[in-house]
Amino acid sequence: MKLFIFFLFFILFFPLSILNAQENDKKNEITKNLRCLICQGQSVYDSDSEFANSLKIVVDKKLEEGLSEDQIYEYFKTKYGEWILYDPGLNKNTYILWLLPILIFLIGGAIIYKSFIVKK
Amino acid sequence: MKNKILPFSVIIIFGIIFFIFYKGLEDSKIYTPDVNTKQEIPLFNTKEFFSGENVKSPSIFDPDKVYLLNIWSSWCVPCRQEHPLLMNLNLDDKLNIIGMNYKDNLKNAENFLKELGNPYKEIFIDLDGTIAIEWGAYGVPESFLIYNNEIIKKYIGPLNQQLTDEIFLLIK
Repeated sequence: MKLFIFFLFFILFFPLSILNAQENDKKNEITKNLRCLICQGQSVYDSDSEFANSLKIVVDKKLEEGLSEDQIYEYFKTKYGEWILYDPGLNKNTYILWLLPILIFLIGGAIIYKSFIVKK
Repeated sequence: MKNKILPFSVIIIFGIIFFIFYKGLEDSKIYTPDVNTKQEIPLFNTKEFFSGENVKSPSIFDPDKVYLLNIWSSWCVPCRQEHPLLMNLNLDDKLNIIGMNYKDNLKNAENFLKELGNPYKEIFIDLDGTIAIEWGAYGVPESFLIYNNEIIKKYIGPLNQQLTDEIFLLIK
């Protein structure tokens, strides 16, 4: 009987823990994409500095307020600038970063196409 | 003709890539936060340091006055160093210094003020550091010059004589 009650409890509370885990996943994902500005080469998720710990609390609060991931990134961008994001958007400072791989890919593809496929 | 285009374009591509990377070498790699952008001050709720009463941020900042918001903590050594300069700045009537006590033990903070003097018109507390994040602060000490509900200038790290001179000039 005791075993049965134990299992009942287990089944009742198990879905809740999954829900909680999902929220934590989201928080971890966001903090992994934020740069700890006062650390060297660490994300907020990895760091245990005062700054990073406060930032984690703020991310939690914003998630509770119902903000989406992108809204949270936008919020930190207005506070700290583009640098806090590991995944920079396309703008005048980063267009080379974004376009160069595509350009190299296209040119390389053209060379391969010309020298191997057209020849045949 | 066909054979010539290929090496030629390869050289040009490598030339462009070399140029971009060479340019990149010249840029400073040290990240410097933007300190001069005008930003509106954030809204927040907090508690007053001595009384523990709830305060809302608009009641602290009057648009017509010049404020220096100083983030400090009793455990922060550079804060101790800059404290005499804050006492000095407090001599100017035009400037109102507001303190934000950052992640501190209130008893220690009170002792800190008793020992070194209290230059602050008002102090509010930020126990978990989230208000500092709202302000876009990095840590302690940090100071914000505020006028008309806008941040005019940020001072990251402790103030020094040169910076206090600059503040005196700016508020004139």
